[in-house]
Formats: sequence, C-alpha cells, structure tokens
Amino acid sequence: MDTLIADLKKQIVEQLNLQDIKPEDIGDDQPLFVEGLGLDSIDALELIVLLQQSYKIKLANAEDGPKVFYSVKTMADYIRANQPKIA
Amino acid sequence: MHDFLLNAYKSFDFVYPKFYKMDALSKLGWLAAEIMLNDSFKQKSYKSEEIGVVLSNANASLDTDVRYFETTKGFASPSLFVYTLPNVVNGEICIRHHFKGENAFFIQEKFDAEFIEQYVNNLVNNNILQACICGWVDVLKEAYEAMLFLVEKNNAANSVAFTAENMKSLNQINQK
Amino acid sequence: MKSNVFVAGVGIISAIGNNAAENIASLETAHEGISDITYLNTIHRNKIPVAEVKLSNTSLASLSGLSHKISRTALLSTVAAKEALHDASIKYFSSLRTGFISANTVGGMDKTENFFSQFLYNNQKGRLRDAVHHECGSVTEITADKLRIKNYVSTISTACSSSANAIFCGARMIKHNMLDVVIAGGTDALTRFTLNGFNTLMILDPQYCKPFDENRKGLNLGEGAGYIVLVSEKVAASLKLKPYCKLSGYANANDAYHQTASSPDGTGSFLAMQKALSQSNLQTADIDYINLHGTGTLNNDIAEGAAIKRLFNPKYPKMSSTKSFTGHTLGASGGIEAVFSVLAIKHGLIYPNLRFEKQMKELPFAPETIFLKNQQVNHVLSNSFGFGGNCTSLVFSKL
Repeated sequence: MDTLIADLKKQIVEQLNLQDIKPEDIGDDQPLFVEGLGLDSIDALELIVLLQQSYKIKLANAEDGPKVFYSVKTMADYIRANQPKIA
Repeated sequence: MHDFLLNAYKSFDFVYPKFYKMDALSKLGWLAAEIMLNDSFKQKSYKSEEIGVVLSNANASLDTDVRYFETTKGFASPSLFVYTLPNVVNGEICIRHHFKGENAFFIQEKFDAEFIEQYVNNLVNNNILQACICGWVDVLKEAYEAMLFLVEKNNAANSVAFTAENMKSLNQINQK
Repeated sequence: MKSNVFVAGVGIISAIGNNAAENIASLETAHEGISDITYLNTIHRNKIPVAEVKLSNTSLASLSGLSHKISRTALLSTVAAKEALHDASIKYFSSLRTGFISANTVGGMDKTENFFSQFLYNNQKGRLRDAVHHECGSVTEITADKLRIKNYVSTISTACSSSANAIFCGARMIKHNMLDVVIAGGTDALTRFTLNGFNTLMILDPQYCKPFDENRKGLNLGEGAGYIVLVSEKVAASLKLKPYCKLSGYANANDAYHQTASSPDGTGSFLAMQKALSQSNLQTADIDYINLHGTGTLNNDIAEGAAIKRLFNPKYPKMSSTKSFTGHTLGASGGIEAVFSVLAIKHGLIYPNLRFEKQMKELPFAPETIFLKNQQVNHVLSNSFGFGGNCTSLVFSKL
C-alpha cells in the first residue's frame, strides 16, 4: 500500500517540475488542485500522461479527472482499481 | 543552460514556483524582467492596462519545439507544448506582474533597435501605453541572449533617453 | 493620427474555398470544410476531424508559382497574398512604398517534421534541405519575394491572434506615413506537430465543433491563409474601384491569467474589444456583427461570451463563429476572419454559426444560425484571442 503512494509522490514531483517540493511533504489526502499544491489545468494533463506512461492506464473521460486526481490517495485507489497487479 | 537559469533564479532568492515549469525562453525572459523591474519600477503608479510588453527574437520557440518533438516519440508532453509559441514569454511576464496592456512579439534576424524604438515610441507617445518592457529574448540550445529595456513616459532618476543609439550602446557594453 | 486606412483587396484560401468567391459560396450554402484527415500523414487519420484546404501541395504549387517542395505554409500564404494583391489592382504598385506583414505559428514545420522523424532515429538520414525554411520568418520571405515587396517585410508570431496583430501593425505603419500599401494577414498549414500538441491539451472535439453551444466539446484544427491589402488615403483615392471599407479601430491587451487558458471573466477579451471600439469612436450599439473568435472550446467561448455580455449588455449585435466552417486556422485565423468581416460589409452579409443547437446557460444571447443577405452591415468587430493571453480586436467600417 505504502510503496504505491510513495512512488506516486516522487513521480508527481518529477513529472510536474515541482522542484521546490519534497515528495514526503505531500500529504496523502492533501488536495492537489486549487488549494493544497495549487496545480492547474496543464498539470492535470501531465498527470494523465503519467498514468499512461507509468501505469499503462488511459483516462477515458477528461471529466473524471477532478475525481481521480483529487489527492494522491484517490490516484492510488484509481490505479489499484484499474490495474489489479499493483500490490 | 538550464543549470544557469536555475542558479540565477536561486541566487536572487526569487520565490515563484511556476518558474520551474517554464521552458528556457520563458525562464530567461522572466528572469530578465524580474531583475530589471525589482530595481526601482514604481508599478503602483500605473494601471495594469497601461503597461505592455514588446519582444523579439530570431529563433521563435525553436528550442522548445525540438524538445517537445522529442517527447512525441513516446508520450507527447502537454506542458512542453504550451511553450511552443514565442509569445508565451510575454504571457509569463504579464501573469507575474499583472500587465494587461498591448503585447507584441516579432521574429527578426537580429535585434532591430530602430524598429523597437519606433514601435514603442508610437505606443507611449500616443498614450496606448504609459510604460513598456521591450527588447530581445532568444534561446537556442546553449546559446542565449536577453536584453530588456523598461521604457516609461516620464523621466525617472537614472533614466536615459529611449533611442536606438542608447539601446545599441547599452548592448555594446554587455558585449565587452 | 487622424488619417484613415482603407482595405483595397482581399485574398483567402481555406477549407471552404480556394479564393474569396468560393469561400462566400460555401458560407452561403452552409458547406463546412471539416472532414476526416485526407492530406496529412498522421496516426490520427479517421479519428480526428480537421479542416484541410482541399488541394495537394502539387496543386498549391501550380497556383502559387512555387516549387511543390516548398513548405505548405508558404504555398498557402503565396496563393492568398497573390489573390489579395491582384484584387486590390493598384496601378504603379512598384513605385509605392510597400510592405508585407505576415503571421504564422508553424513556419516550415510541415517539412521539418518529415526531416526530423527520420533524423531523430538515425542522424545520417533525412533531407536536410527540408529543414531550411523552418523558421517563421523564412516562410514570410518566400511570399514577399514572390510579390516583389520592396520596403518592409516582417513576421509576427503571437499564436491565434498573430494575423490580426499583423493587420493593425500594417495600419499603424501607413498612418505614420512609413508605407503606402501593406499586405497584412497570416497563414498556417496543418502539421502533425500541431495536431499532436493540441491533442495532448485535450481541447479537440472528436466530432465537428459547435462554437458557443452549451454542449460544445472543443475545437477542430484547420489550415489556410488570409490577407487584406491596406492602403493610405492617397492610394485609396487613386484606385479605380472604391475600397471595400476602412479599418477604423484595433486594440491588443494581455489577459495576464494563464499560458493557454483565458480568464473566466474574459478580462483580456473585454479590454481588447473596448479599446478597439473606443479607437473607432463607435458605441456598442453601432456594431452590426461580431465575428467571434469562437473556437468551440469550453474555456474560450465562456470567456469571450462573458466579455461580450459585460461590454454590450443589454443589446447584443448579431454574431457567429466562422470557425464552424473553417476550423481554427491558428496563425491564419485573424487574417481569414478579417477577409470575412470585410466581405460582410461590402455585400451586406451575416454568416451563420453552424451546428448551434443550445444556448449557453451563462449567456443571454445566441449566435446566428442562418446566412443573411442584403443586411445593413456598417460596422463589424472581429475577435482573435491567442495563447499567451494575447487578445486582439479589429473594427471594420463601411465607407
């Protein structure tokens, strides 16, 4: 359970060029958009690329984005639900 | 090149997280504008639509175009695609400082001081703008060049006349 | 500067026609130019609708008098600019101070990406000659040479507002008595680079776009070129035929909000429209038609709509997005839509906004859905809003 979340945090920092932020500083349930990390619409698109690149999951509907990418935890849940091989 | 830009950003103690997402051209233009404006620009004496940005270069967004193109081999990067237009550097400067006045970006073989003088003079003399950031910002691989001028309608201490001659001689000083 | 700037000629090539007459005919018969990809070699064929010019590079080469090996961007530009110059019919053109101000976003990318895709894998492969005219400025020079422009050539690259900016830049040079005639506008060809890039931004409509519709899903990319010939009062007086109209107002503002999205209240759009109107000494009630930027994206249409509501409330002129016909032609859009605006005044036309079904819930107005003729069209406002927050509005007025 923890490895996926830890990995995701590192990947998010790298994919989104969040050089000022350490992965361990991102809370599991911290909102990624608006408040929290303050990511924007282009960051959301990069997260979609991240899902494809690292987890081979294609987000079918852009409208699901806000739910899936709400926090690192919701991302991890989504990945697990769509890719059962992850422990 | 990117190390240089990052080091410059850190050495000035700037705090602007969005800096990291920018491409080289935008980072360079943003830094040059930030350093220049931090000095003594009294922004509060202007309305946001009175300040504009007129820039130029020879290579447009080619440096980023190439980097973006390479990502299309695997997964195309949306955040890089955003920077495959040279005028996004104007946008970044305007977002940072809330400038809403007229903007332009010209592609020219080399810096044309006479053209910039004429163009910006027209804007300021006709009260389309009261202040203008103008100049040249260019990046291609490891080569980079940024030369910005802050032009204001009214004299300030330390200001020199806005003329092609003065722009060219200031440029020469840098070349030495 | 009280002198006027007149429009003496127009030239256009787009997905709905290879010249002005063909374009108008398509607008009248509701014949959109959007379809499956035919000419571009891409994995997105049969998946993404686009609005291609319905001519191969070989045909464009014949029309323009250039080699078919030249970038499609330059071929399109030359075809349209030649038509505009011919249309203006200026005697003693070669004795006047002439300029060509052209805009584009892709330059010679159509050729370069072919070179590059081979070169990336093996740096001994690829025709280097294909990359020679990659730069935006290079494309402009090819057309300028063909038109024998003597005094001034320049390239503007400010995304989707580029050619509108080229137009008012040309007007300023005439008003300042630096040039007598300026052919101004822009061009862009469809490329894999742009198609893939816009696809990653997820703002393409997988169907045919529906600008200003509540259920719009995004834009369709297009290609083409559009130029108008601007002349001074003195040159206008010497023409055999009356000019089409005047360019009575123009303005540019920065939205200062985001690199590729517009602010929700459309501040940049509002400022550009307001300043352009003020420069033309017109009231909002004087505008008979707005040619919307209207790309069909969720973001642009709500921002532009909010700005129009703020500026024109409570009385709204007729308006439509011709991108429902031509797709979004990026660097060419300001030029193409300037041509449509000029022709609207000349022939008393109002263009329809195709595929519109449901009014946006946030807006108290809807675009026109039927082509109208014999209308009183005295003043037209044309909007072009680009990435980087670059917003431009032009106002054309009847003589």
